[in-house]
Amino acid sequence: MIRSQRNAVLVPLLVIGAGILILLALPQTRDVVVGFVNGAFGGRNNFNFFSTLSRYSIILGMAMAVLVSFRAGLLNIGGEGQLVLGGLTAAIVGVYLPGPPLLVAVAAVLAAMTAGASWAVLAGVLDRVAKVPLLIGSLLLNYPAHFIASYFVSHPLRDVASGATQSHKIMSEARLPRFPGTILDYGILLIGATAILIILLERTSVFGYRVRMQGYSFGFARTSGYPTGKLYYRTLMISGAIAGMTGYTAVFGLNQRYIDGMLTIPLYAWTGVAAVLLAAIIPWVTPITAFFFAMLATGAVGMERSADIPREMGQIVQAVIVLYLAGVSGKILSSNVGKDH
Amino acid sequence: MFFDSAIAESIPRFFTPVLLAAIGSALCERAGVFNIALEGMMLIGAFAAVVGCYYAGDWTGGLGLAVLAGMATGLVFAFFGVHRGGDDIIVSIGLNVLAVGLTAFLLRGLFGVQGQFDDPRIVEIPKVDLGTIADIPVLGSLVSGQSILVWFAVIMVFATHYFLKYHKAGLRLRAVGQNASALRSVGISPQWVKTGALVACGILCALGGAQLSISNVTLFTEGMSAGRGWIALVIVMMCGARLPWIFPAAILFGLVDALGFRIQGLGLPQQFTEALPYVLAIVVLIAAFSRRAKQQH
Repeated sequence: MIRSQRNAVLVPLLVIGAGILILLALPQTRDVVVGFVNGAFGGRNNFNFFSTLSRYSIILGMAMAVLVSFRAGLLNIGGEGQLVLGGLTAAIVGVYLPGPPLLVAVAAVLAAMTAGASWAVLAGVLDRVAKVPLLIGSLLLNYPAHFIASYFVSHPLRDVASGATQSHKIMSEARLPRFPGTILDYGILLIGATAILIILLERTSVFGYRVRMQGYSFGFARTSGYPTGKLYYRTLMISGAIAGMTGYTAVFGLNQRYIDGMLTIPLYAWTGVAAVLLAAIIPWVTPITAFFFAMLATGAVGMERSADIPREMGQIVQAVIVLYLAGVSGKILSSNVGKDH
Repeated sequence: MFFDSAIAESIPRFFTPVLLAAIGSALCERAGVFNIALEGMMLIGAFAAVVGCYYAGDWTGGLGLAVLAGMATGLVFAFFGVHRGGDDIIVSIGLNVLAVGLTAFLLRGLFGVQGQFDDPRIVEIPKVDLGTIADIPVLGSLVSGQSILVWFAVIMVFATHYFLKYHKAGLRLRAVGQNASALRSVGISPQWVKTGALVACGILCALGGAQLSISNVTLFTEGMSAGRGWIALVIVMMCGARLPWIFPAAILFGLVDALGFRIQGLGLPQQFTEALPYVLAIVVLIAAFSRRAKQQH
């Protein structure tokens, strides 16, 4: 790291650290901090810690989805649509497919991954065939996905008996089991395993190497004879499939049904993007930054309970970090993204 | 009748927010700033307009605060994106998330409500009544009784076109987008020109937001910009930031919005009609970009 860059990180950290120490001397701020820490990690039977972890699993899933495409230099920011359609497809399979629970669960994962992957590939086709930039195409596709899901849960899939706009519950044997005595489900194992697999693949496999090189320089990848077309679609497919699978874990685990807006209102997809940016698109750092943002969100809820500070503070801090990062590290993204194709 | 004065009256209400944001976006595009924070800028403007109205008890307060908030948003973008050399896309993502969080945060901090805020003190901005012209069927309701922001947007189309084409500052702005170092060599700072474009864009987007919150309705709902910023961006992309084309394109999207409401009245689910502008946007982009790609080959 160049010295000026190091100073740019260290100086504000020291200022913030000093500020926190001064503020801690005040009793009100102590309440806030205790509320935050308690909100993220405490609670009866560590309840809040487990809700941080279940939020973490979704954010981590979305961050990994974004990471795969950013690493290949593809600005796929349509994760939200891929997540929503994955969740919706999982819900449809979970509610309507008759059969043994295990079959339903496996079918739901596969269907959710297919839905997410197809939505991502659709954005890719728009880019490669119709020349609509991936950034815009993938982003615009978020909206139809949201409206399709919203239509399904307010009409054909709706559980009319409950007042809310939500689907029926998933058959209980097919749900992702929870760790005993907690609200945390096994979905985190699935997402965690995926994250480890992605990190290892990126570092050790030929595919990962090619994806990385294509991300650094599209021209280099093409001149070296990489199958750039295939790589392009495969990366998008993997990215979309991870997002779809994340939707599945939210529907089969966290909420046990599809509720209108459950995947969009908490801004999971954007938090995933923020986590990847904070990690400077480095794979092994991403799970750490994703955890940081999950902690920020649940901690903010605790702060709201104890100190009456609106929980949106978490989002504001997240946005300020992204803005600051953009200013400090300049062009992380543009240097990594092959804009020349 | 399917196309009647009620639809005609609603078209300008629908196209104005998109048009204002699109003009702002075109300025940024010409100055070489890839601004995809229009959505956040509109949301902040919509919120500021409601706050201004509430505290001043008057619509001028609403517009005034919206302008200030828009300026501030533009300056924040310029600070991180232009002066600190941050990537435009990252700064935009940050600003969009900030707008969602900040408006929800302040909504609770200032008014203690969640989701939606309305109050009799939020007054509507005045409408321009054109007297006898209003009596002409369909056309009358299209042009008369529209808010002053509708007329401001229409005037801004022509003013901005003139500005970019003939005014010295407009020429400089375009020069920054085409060759920034050439401009630096004649002693003009490209950074400050970009800052100016961003501030103007912030103000225009904020006024677009104000049209949503204190003209179309008199309340604020979380996330009320609802993707209009992206539609504005699509319009600018497909028109190549040429203002004479932006105006009809914005009207087209306003028309689709208005027709969507009418179709909804015929019993089609709301979600289908709300998705219409985005589907249209994708179709239009496919048409515009694939044609452009063919011309280049």
